Amino acid sequence: MKKPDLLPGTLDMLILKTLTRAPLHGYGIAQSIKRSSDDVLTVEEGSLYPALQRLLLQGWVKAEWKMTDTNRRARFYTLTSAGRKQLGLEVSQFEQMIAAISRVLSEPA
Amino acid sequence: MNLFTLFTRKLSILFRRNRFRSELDEEMAFHREQAEKDLVASGMAPEQAQVAASRQLGNTTHLREQSHGIIAFRWETVVQDLSFAMRQLRRNPGFGITATLIVALGIASSVSIFAFVDAALIKPLPYKNPNRLVHLYESISLGPRFHLSYPDYQDWKRENKVFSSLEVYEPFGFMMKTADGLRQTDGARVSAGFFRTLGVNPILGRDFYDGEDDPKAARTVLLSYSTWQRRYGGNSKAMGQAVVLDGDTYTVIGVLPREFSFAPAEPADFWAILKPGTCRSCHGLFGVARLKDGVTFAEAFADIKTIAQNLAKQYPDSNRDQAAYMLPLTEVIVGDIQPILLVLLSGAGLLLLIAGVNVANLLLVRVESRKGEIAMRGALGASARRLVTQFITEGMLLAAVGSAIGILVAQESMRALALLIPKDMMASMPYLQGVGLNGHVLLFACTLALLTGILFALTPIVRFRRAEIGEGLSERGRASSGVTWRRFGANLVVIELATATVLLAGAGLLVKSLYRLLHTDIGIEPDHIATVHVQMPPEKYGKPEQKVALVREVVKKVTALPGVKAVGITQKMPIEDADWTSGFVIIGRPDNGQHKEVAIRFVSAGYWTTLKTRLASGRYSTDNEDASKPDVVLLNQTMARLYFPGEDPVGKQLGFSADAKQRMLIVGVINDIQEGQLDSAPRSAMYLPFYQNPFAGFVVLARTAQDDRGLLRALTSSIASVDRGLAIYNPMTMEQKIHDAPSTYLHRSSAWLVGGFAASALLLGVVGLYGVIAYSVSQRTREIGVRMALGAERASVYRLVLTEAGRLIVIGVVAGLALSVGAAVLIRKMLFGVNAWDAPTLGGVAFILALFALLASFLPARRAASVSPAEALRTE
Repeated sequence: MKKPDLLPGTLDMLILKTLTRAPLHGYGIAQSIKRSSDDVLTVEEGSLYPALQRLLLQGWVKAEWKMTDTNRRARFYTLTSAGRKQLGLEVSQFEQMIAAISRVLSEPA
Repeated sequence: MNLFTLFTRKLSILFRRNRFRSELDEEMAFHREQAEKDLVASGMAPEQAQVAASRQLGNTTHLREQSHGIIAFRWETVVQDLSFAMRQLRRNPGFGITATLIVALGIASSVSIFAFVDAALIKPLPYKNPNRLVHLYESISLGPRFHLSYPDYQDWKRENKVFSSLEVYEPFGFMMKTADGLRQTDGARVSAGFFRTLGVNPILGRDFYDGEDDPKAARTVLLSYSTWQRRYGGNSKAMGQAVVLDGDTYTVIGVLPREFSFAPAEPADFWAILKPGTCRSCHGLFGVARLKDGVTFAEAFADIKTIAQNLAKQYPDSNRDQAAYMLPLTEVIVGDIQPILLVLLSGAGLLLLIAGVNVANLLLVRVESRKGEIAMRGALGASARRLVTQFITEGMLLAAVGSAIGILVAQESMRALALLIPKDMMASMPYLQGVGLNGHVLLFACTLALLTGILFALTPIVRFRRAEIGEGLSERGRASSGVTWRRFGANLVVIELATATVLLAGAGLLVKSLYRLLHTDIGIEPDHIATVHVQMPPEKYGKPEQKVALVREVVKKVTALPGVKAVGITQKMPIEDADWTSGFVIIGRPDNGQHKEVAIRFVSAGYWTTLKTRLASGRYSTDNEDASKPDVVLLNQTMARLYFPGEDPVGKQLGFSADAKQRMLIVGVINDIQEGQLDSAPRSAMYLPFYQNPFAGFVVLARTAQDDRGLLRALTSSIASVDRGLAIYNPMTMEQKIHDAPSTYLHRSSAWLVGGFAASALLLGVVGLYGVIAYSVSQRTREIGVRMALGAERASVYRLVLTEAGRLIVIGVVAGLALSVGAAVLIRKMLFGVNAWDAPTLGGVAFILALFALLASFLPARRAASVSPAEALRTE
């Protein structure tokens, strides 16, 4: 059985946001999201890497092989300017949606 | 991000695919190591950490596939599936070859028959708006499709309000004058507006102008395209040349288009202008007319019927009881073969159905037998969608290859079938000359291929449930799936058996019809008779005495040939379309206003002995009955029974009409000779002596003790030696004439073709049954082992298997018989002398099918009975 995924489409947004601070490798991105969400959001590897491929294909991130501080070779992903723009777009869409949902939920019973 | 950039990015990754894969692997390895490190750091034991990290990373294959799926083009999975499908098929070539061949068989037969159906029934005729064209006849007591006379045509043309044009044509065999004497050539005579009515324009020269059929205008002729190529070398200088036909000089004025043909008059080399005739009771023409805009067929028919009725009242001597008859031109041209083509198309369709069901069955067996493999692949991470897509690809690959082979075979068989049609039949069906892989046929073939592909793709899906993937690995799963499939597969086999029954019944009925047709009593003995047509040049033989003298000379020469036992002369042979008719009256009996008309023949005394006819009463005519002796006549039985019921007509007298002076004494009654086509009803006919009424054109029949075919050449040359100027043509034996007659030919070819379909269907159905029973036995090996271990005898195992088989056979055959009767009712127009529910045929079919089917089931039954219990219990 697969674990339940994040809300579809939000994974891209979370990854992009994580990369605004600094370039990271795949494992690092997953850990960062887990930490920032206080262990609520667990990104499954099965979704992470395909998502990264998708972001690469769209040109919102770029990747290069670098050495980590423990002298291991790893692939680091960096946010591009197009990616930054996309992030802004997705965040505003997401916030609009959340606001709309909140309005519905706050209706008197 | 536009599509072009996306596309180029994907393309570049495509070329660096290996690097992509290794980089992804390295990334995931790194990920796992980091996870492991973190787990150890948080206190887990190293080995445990390794396992936990791997599990956390999850299914690497699946991950790889997902990533791959993002960056790959969509068709890459298709290519992967295709190569896998081909590998699978290569590993199991028996299945692949069998399935492909069965599909090819079904597609080939359907496509080739459809090509004929398209050429004959779907492609429009080469005229403008052919649906608005009608064919006109005069109907008389003998039948509805008889000729018009010229004055009647003129009146119909003048009086009608429903046709924008009405023209006539007359198929005619011209005697063309050549350097070596007279040569018979095919053609037609037409009125001036004939081609304009059809909407056909000459490609060279001009059409007849209005009024060119005036008696004072010169005689002109149009050439058919092939004649222009053959006789005039395709030279434009042919315009204005003269050609002598039947003693008249005609000037060539134009050439007709290549695609033009007019089936009722074909073959026709020369299309000559028709000059008017004044005899109202001389009927030799057929009419073609175009409906005015907005006028329906029914309205036009009613109008022309009224006109004919008025003429009958106006001219009682010539037109009494003559009515008008009208048919759409398309029906006249293709009407005869329409039922046959539709029957053949249905037969091919049924065969395709069986073929499809058979292959679907094979595919189902394959899915079942690979349940274990499917389960394994599912456990290793293949998504259900991928697995199903794989089966779909395999099915479609089979359909595609089978269809491609089928289409190629169809092309060859189309050519072969066209060659099998005798040349003069082909001439009267000119629309069949273009049969081949044209647009319509290719479209049909591709549609069939697509439908086959869909069928094969859907079949595994139907049996494919996601839950069963897990079940497939367990024993229980396999056993239960076997049962459900057995039921499904069994239903398919019942369909196959029922369809095979229908085809076999159809073939059986058609074969019986053909037999009945060839063995109808035609009133003569057609063996060992050689025949040839002769035409005298009119200039040399103008007087009747000259004609008689020539014919007597010919008879003498032919009788002197070695082996010839008897020689007969007639103006028209039997087993032809009986168009020579004459009115008559019975002397001494009042007319009662009824116009009597019968077929008429002029024969020599030798005719009776040559054909070995049977005399019912009185005597035959004799050879010295010529112009010097009193006129005599013989009747056939049908005429005697119809006009002289309950009495002997011998001794009574006939005349041609009430005022005519000629009196003919009835001297005998003969048993009916089949004057019309083999499948037409008996007609009244009277026979007068040839020497009392000689014609310039006649037929010589010679009975020989030796080979009739070998006599033909001697016959022709001996007649030619009497007078080199005679036109001698169409030599054939009587048996050839019957054998090649259109109705015989059509019955024979349909019997053969449907028989071929039936044989294939029988084979496929029986093989399908064998497959189902054999598979069922293999599924029940364990159960049988248990039974035998508990003491069951081998006989009971036989009974077990054969009962299952028997049940399927009975259901299939009974259903098939019921459907057969329905189908036979649909084809009853093609059956001759056979009922649609003919019990012996249906019984025979059921017996044959049951026999073969039981034989097919016997083999697996024997295998089941020879199972050793110990082995069976061990089998998994």
